[in-house]
Amino acid sequence: MSIDQNTAAKVAKLARIKVEEDALPALAQEFNTILGFIEQLGEVDVEGVEPMVSVTPMRLKRREDVVTDGDQQEKILSNAPDAREGFFAVPKVVE
Amino acid sequence: MLDLTYDAPKPKTIAGAKHDWELVIGMEVHAQVSSKAKLFSGASTQFGAEPNSNVAFVDAAMPGMLPVINEFCVEQAVRTGLGLKAQINLVSAFDRKNYFYPDLPQGYQISQLYHPIVGEGEVLVEMGEGVARRVRIERIHIEQDAGKSIHDMDPNMSFVDLNRTGVALMEIVSRPDIRGPEEAAAYLTKLRQIMLYLGTCDGNMQNGNMRADVNVSICRPGDYEKYQETQDFSHLGTRCEIKNMNSMRFIQQAIEVEARRQIAIVEAGGEVVQETRLYDPDKGETRSMRSKEEAHDYRYFPDPDLLPLEIEQAWVDEIAANLPELPDEKKARFIKDFGLTDYDASVLTAEVEAAAYFENVAAGRDGKMAANWVINELFGRLKKEDHDITESPVSPAQLGGIIDLIAKGDISGKIAKDLFEIVYTEGGDPAEIVEEKGMKQVTDTGAIEAAVDQVIADNPAQVEKAKQNPKLAGWFVGQVMKATGGKANPKAVNEIVAAKLGL
Repeated sequence: MSIDQNTAAKVAKLARIKVEEDALPALAQEFNTILGFIEQLGEVDVEGVEPMVSVTPMRLKRREDVVTDGDQQEKILSNAPDAREGFFAVPKVVE
Repeated sequence: MLDLTYDAPKPKTIAGAKHDWELVIGMEVHAQVSSKAKLFSGASTQFGAEPNSNVAFVDAAMPGMLPVINEFCVEQAVRTGLGLKAQINLVSAFDRKNYFYPDLPQGYQISQLYHPIVGEGEVLVEMGEGVARRVRIERIHIEQDAGKSIHDMDPNMSFVDLNRTGVALMEIVSRPDIRGPEEAAAYLTKLRQIMLYLGTCDGNMQNGNMRADVNVSICRPGDYEKYQETQDFSHLGTRCEIKNMNSMRFIQQAIEVEARRQIAIVEAGGEVVQETRLYDPDKGETRSMRSKEEAHDYRYFPDPDLLPLEIEQAWVDEIAANLPELPDEKKARFIKDFGLTDYDASVLTAEVEAAAYFENVAAGRDGKMAANWVINELFGRLKKEDHDITESPVSPAQLGGIIDLIAKGDISGKIAKDLFEIVYTEGGDPAEIVEEKGMKQVTDTGAIEAAVDQVIADNPAQVEKAKQNPKLAGWFVGQVMKATGGKANPKAVNEIVAAKLGL
């Protein structure tokens, strides 16, 4: 699989990362290097091998259904560039 | 359990300019899990709180925060799956669905694309007596809800509240087995009923507890049957997805409007484009959500923050063993044990609280009579004041007491209605009220005879007429009932009047 400049631009846009036009060829090249490495891994025969999800055998940690958090409106909003009446205020996003 | 067999309903047909068309509908229902805390954080799920007050740092996606799953939410999803007679997957896993929107601080939604917790199940959707659609469930997966954006508080800004961010949702995905707008609404109603019985979702549609995405396509009569035989989707038309609806009425309207739009396109020689659309109830049309098109590239991948969710069969069995009786079973039992009609059993089992109320009233009494009183008198009266069964001022014991008095012959059905009204508005023990207010039916034939004699003596002309026309006996009965304040036993009065008039 080969990543061209258009694909690189699309991936950047989906990730909301601004990439200048003249930086696209290098980015596409980088993607290709990464994917080339992944393709090498694809050569290993893993037929019938369960995917390994953890290095040590672990069980997904659970929590009980108890309210232990929240009630910190001020802290939640403290990094917001704009907050009004308890809400985050963002540029209008309505269609 | 009584075995109820059903015929499939006829699919809805819409006449186009050239042909008849049928509808094919599949639904994705997002049901908010009923839990105290969120899916991956300890923040509260309570509706209507001060904005951004039910938010943990995990929900706000602060760097370095990790999700820890709420086991009860998993249990609720399993319970829902069991309620839909579905396959429970002992191993499921979480994936990230990536997109950007202001009410999604993580930049991705944690969902289960590849390995959902619940597999195939089935819902029986009744469309009248003996008629039902079997809607196959494809899967149920657990995912996070997004926050809420408010667009009308400021002309230039949108306001974001993250209280709902991270609340657990169950996405219940059906197969395209629904064949009309009414069936879609009935399907949603049935899902809601089952989840309310199970206690897994509050089902409050106004608060957004249940929202539906509806996939609509059209086909020519006969094509759907070909799809059913082969499970080959090429027999069906291209579908469009109408997003995010939380009103039964709008869902039905949107399906009809969208089907007609597709019919017009196809009959004009065009092609339906698969896309996401939004229903505008003011204009009565669906329109394309073009901005969503690019965002559709969700780049799913397994969430590296979460190990696969492994649950034990013994735990599932325990949940299954404690499952409440479900609507279909309860209805069948009511028909069998209490001799109710299909209709009455449906009405009484619509809500689990009403069913429990009825059972308390019916215990040790005539089931049909109990059903009549609960449905006609109690439900009717509650509806007048827009009250719920849980707010009933009349307890099952009180209503049962009234029914007992009728059964014993102490009061007539007519007096019983007056008594019900007194108990409803003032409370009290029915038997005592009857004693106190002297409402007891007069069964003493001596007293009734005296009253009949009096009426006959007072109305000699009527007596002559009645002898010619026996139907006039009814007039005498009415007069006697009036004279006794409605307390005379009507059967006894009828007999005595007939005897005295020599009819």
